[in-house]
Amino acid sequence: MCRSLLTLLFCLWAWCAQAAPPSVLEPALLRQLAAGDSEARIGAIQQLAGSRDPARVGEAAQLLQALEEGSLFAAGERLFLMGESDYRELATGATLAELPEGADGVMVNNRIRGVLANARAALALADPDAAVRRAAARELQTNAAYELEPVLAAALAGEQVEDIRALLVLAHAQANLGNPDAAARLAAVRALEASASPNTRSLLLPLTDPALEADARVREQAARSLKAIESSLALGETLGSVFTGLSLGSILLLAALGLAITYGVMGVINMAHGELLMVGAYSAYLMQSLFRSQFPALEDWYLLAAVPVAFFTAAAVGMLMERTVIRWLYGRTLETLLATWGLSLILIQAARVVFGAQNVEVANPAWMSGGITLLPNLILPWNRVIIIGFALFVLFLVWVLMNRTRLGMFVRAVTQNRAMAGCVGVPTTRIDTLAFGLGAGIAGLGGVALSQIANVGPDMGQGYIVDSFMVVVLGGVGQLAGAVWAALGLGVVTKFLEGWAGAVIAKIAVLVFIIIFIQKRPQGIFALKGRFADQ
Amino acid sequence: MNTLVEERKQEWEGETQGLAHMLKPGELDLSHGVILYLEDISVSFDGFKALNKLNLAINTGELRCIIGPNGAGKTTMMDVITGKTRPDSGTAFFGQTLDLTRMSEPQIAHAGIGRKFQKPTVFEQLSAFENLELAMKTDKGVWASLLARLSREQGDKIAATLERIRLDKEADRPAGLLSHGQKQWLEIGMLLMQEPRLLLLDEPVAGMTDDETMRTAELFVSLAGQHSLVVVEHDMAFVEALGGKVTVLCEGSVLAEGDLATVQADPRVIEVYLGR
Amino acid sequence: MSSATLSAPAPAGRVPVTLRLASCLERKAWISLGVFLALSLVAVPVLHLLVPPESAFHVSAYAITLIGKIMCYALVAVAMDLIWGYGGILSLGHGLFFALGGYAFGMYLMRGIGRDGSYGSDLPDFMVFLDWKELPWFWLGTDSFGWVALLVLAVPALVAFVFGYFAFRSRIKGVYFSIITQALTYAAMLLFFRNETGFGGNNGFTDFKRILGYDITAPATRVVLFGLTALVLAATLVGSAWLVKSKFGRVLAAIRDAESRVMFIGYNPLGYKLAIWVLSAVLCGIAGALYVPQVGIINPGEMSPANSIEIAIWVAVGGRASLIGPVIGAFTVNLAKSWFTVSFPEYWLFFLGLLFIVVTLYLPQGLVGLWKQLLARKGGTA
Repeated sequence: MCRSLLTLLFCLWAWCAQAAPPSVLEPALLRQLAAGDSEARIGAIQQLAGSRDPARVGEAAQLLQALEEGSLFAAGERLFLMGESDYRELATGATLAELPEGADGVMVNNRIRGVLANARAALALADPDAAVRRAAARELQTNAAYELEPVLAAALAGEQVEDIRALLVLAHAQANLGNPDAAARLAAVRALEASASPNTRSLLLPLTDPALEADARVREQAARSLKAIESSLALGETLGSVFTGLSLGSILLLAALGLAITYGVMGVINMAHGELLMVGAYSAYLMQSLFRSQFPALEDWYLLAAVPVAFFTAAAVGMLMERTVIRWLYGRTLETLLATWGLSLILIQAARVVFGAQNVEVANPAWMSGGITLLPNLILPWNRVIIIGFALFVLFLVWVLMNRTRLGMFVRAVTQNRAMAGCVGVPTTRIDTLAFGLGAGIAGLGGVALSQIANVGPDMGQGYIVDSFMVVVLGGVGQLAGAVWAALGLGVVTKFLEGWAGAVIAKIAVLVFIIIFIQKRPQGIFALKGRFADQ
Repeated sequence: MNTLVEERKQEWEGETQGLAHMLKPGELDLSHGVILYLEDISVSFDGFKALNKLNLAINTGELRCIIGPNGAGKTTMMDVITGKTRPDSGTAFFGQTLDLTRMSEPQIAHAGIGRKFQKPTVFEQLSAFENLELAMKTDKGVWASLLARLSREQGDKIAATLERIRLDKEADRPAGLLSHGQKQWLEIGMLLMQEPRLLLLDEPVAGMTDDETMRTAELFVSLAGQHSLVVVEHDMAFVEALGGKVTVLCEGSVLAEGDLATVQADPRVIEVYLGR
Repeated sequence: MSSATLSAPAPAGRVPVTLRLASCLERKAWISLGVFLALSLVAVPVLHLLVPPESAFHVSAYAITLIGKIMCYALVAVAMDLIWGYGGILSLGHGLFFALGGYAFGMYLMRGIGRDGSYGSDLPDFMVFLDWKELPWFWLGTDSFGWVALLVLAVPALVAFVFGYFAFRSRIKGVYFSIITQALTYAAMLLFFRNETGFGGNNGFTDFKRILGYDITAPATRVVLFGLTALVLAATLVGSAWLVKSKFGRVLAAIRDAESRVMFIGYNPLGYKLAIWVLSAVLCGIAGALYVPQVGIINPGEMSPANSIEIAIWVAVGGRASLIGPVIGAFTVNLAKSWFTVSFPEYWLFFLGLLFIVVTLYLPQGLVGLWKQLLARKGGTA
């Protein structure tokens, strides 16, 4: 009994010996945080956020982070910070193995959580690293409370880096919106004119309301600022729609480019075209799995390997289709349509058997995540930017291939006059196979692009067949330039309509539009004219 | 006087202009003895001028031959007359009143212009008899066809035409199984069944034997008078046998006109045919 | 070869059209039609209602529903054959007209549920679920059988007329037309998938209770619906045979083979195409209306492009441009489907895909053409 007591004492001593020094933060503040109600806690948090003494900043940041993560416990007025395997009492610095009786996590409700994020950002403004300060200033763009005004003013005074200053000016102005002094509010509202975030708009809105804002000049200025913000917001939204439209258009273009060759140039209607996209997408998936298991270090670069693999796989599938089925049906378009539909069913079911009916996961490589922020409400995600670039690249390749190479010349010759081309020694049947393989390969490339922004599954191609035919029909059969304009135009129009009326209505509207368009110009945008135009 | 003209003009403008007579082929106005006027017709395809201010007038009952090198615009001219191609500018009148540039293909066919294509196009799945039956001048609306019954008189007419084109023994054979020359004749027979006032014949004797060619020439000569005929042909022997006035087309407009001997002696014509 | 026009017993000499009209079906065809009607109007009801279930001769409810369903499909196939086989126009949107007829009649059946639905409301369940307080305007009058019967005919006809008028007037043909019809049915499917459209969204209509006051699941009702479908199918076959043998049918075949030639001899193809197109759509609508009470469900899946293109394969398997071909095709393919989806569900799509390829490559005239070839070979050697 005696021994055990001794051991315990020894242990306690040992614990005390390695305990940290007591906290440098005011004990009153800690007590307030531990035992106060939400209101008191918020006050304490905001005070902590105002810390500028470097010694206290570190500890305040640690405390706030703990609070946010739920690793801060209170028992009465005592505050404990959870360590890896023990608890530290902040006021004394003593380390305990277990929490005292009645200790509980410090409750963080939604209101406190909002203040917390704010406060942590405010603390980060004192960080020596400019990148950390920039991130913090950006964070404060969303909601800087008036309580942070002094902190922001101080940070603004001490800030040297230009772009961070600009951000801080806006944050400071936002905080000042709650200033009881009308003149300060007015200045703040005026300063916010330069902002262009949807968030500022909602902050300014109450200031135009006479019930909430007593000062007429502030109201007037708020209305003016709102207008300025809205116009720059509208610009961002419009550009955003154009961008997403272009990105959808580039997918359509990739899907339709292959079709422009197989249908437009060769006159073969290939209902399995969407399934060639699927083949490309699954190639990307396979390359991803291969890199994961064989070259984990290079995993991020699987996509580069997937591009040629998808092209040749899809091209091989396409050439096989041409050799076995389509070859025998040249000139019988309706029969070709049915037979290739059969091929598409077989490919879909094959994908189900091999890869399962569920969608598979194809991850964006790290270098494709993130985006370029052009305007506060206009971010261009890298994956979409890269896809647009990729589509243009493929377009360029196809153009070169069709217009600058012997193969392209043969393809054009065969399509214009098969018999004559055969007579002058063009191997027509081989050209057919190669051209079809080319169209299929391009669809495979489209599939790789699609795998980065859409679900990869056995049915994924079905949704694109109608769309890509629409592009070809709209652009005018046999016209690469037509397909480009039609794809991009269709993409942009679809996205605008989606923003305005929702996805389903947009889809229907586009289909109806195309039907009407074909009424007016059955030959597409770039019509061929002449005696043989309708043959 | 002027106001009266204005009033009249208004009456004839709008949608009904040029269509006023279309359903009454009997009212084809031939008071000036001319059945077809083409004036300053121009058609261009992507910058290529297929027809360039073409002027042509065909008299009632005339048998006219059109010759010209390839690409002279012969087929395009037929396309304009039958409504398949709309001219960029110029006027085309059937008789004095019917504006061909404003009528659809079936309307023009009803008004009394029949056309035979360069490549014989008969309905290959139907028998020779049925081909003629479809072509026969009658109400060609949907309801009429649904309830159509062939009268004895109509049957006799078909039989007579079959005899005329020497296909009476082939009446029930699918047209697709006829020889090339027979198909040409069947198509001519279909034209006759339409009882057109003006027949446009695009290379009607291509692929026929000499004997068939001469018999075709006889047939055409016998048709002239009751009908007006415009024949496009390369076969000079055939043109000679027809013996009518000849028009030479070149680069979309008329190069020369006159009887065959005169035309053949014209140095410009010789240059067009031989100079290049 | 348009076998229907050519296979008519070649009359001696030149028989005017009138006489051929009178014999629009051969004697053998009339006899088989009679046998078919006797079976479905007399034998099946007796075997289903009067023969006890234990007996080997009992026709089960499953069999009746399956055959009834396939007869509806056969009706659609005949409609498709009229437009594709005889008119040369391949529609990939016939599922739309089928579904429109089905939905129109489904509205009547939904109203017939009355207060027996899960929410006990006068409104159909899905409307209660959407918190709608009253019927949308297009549901007005749908409790009347007569009005709904009119809708079944008029809605597909109207949609087909408007679409067809614009499409044919612009001379859209061939693959263009096919793709646009596919887009049309796809757009309609998206529209019907939306809850706000007012047709039950994803789930469509189901859980029907009554038809004209009779219990919809009662054996007698089932037998009556079955017989009615058989009658409609038979009537359609006779009517179509008359139609394709008429001058109208021959003009149609002429349009199919050489459209511009038809125009130059003075026919306006627009009217002919439009007439057969609308007729075909109406037949599909009727088929849909007969289908819904027998199968007990209609949902937007019926409008999926895959469904519509399957109709084409029924016709192609049986044999285009012959009237019995589509019926044979519809039965062959759908019986195969029922068997496959029970026995080897994962192989059904492989089989269907192969069917598309084999038929287009090796059987351009379908089973009917194959049969004729075999007969001809036998006749040739004998």
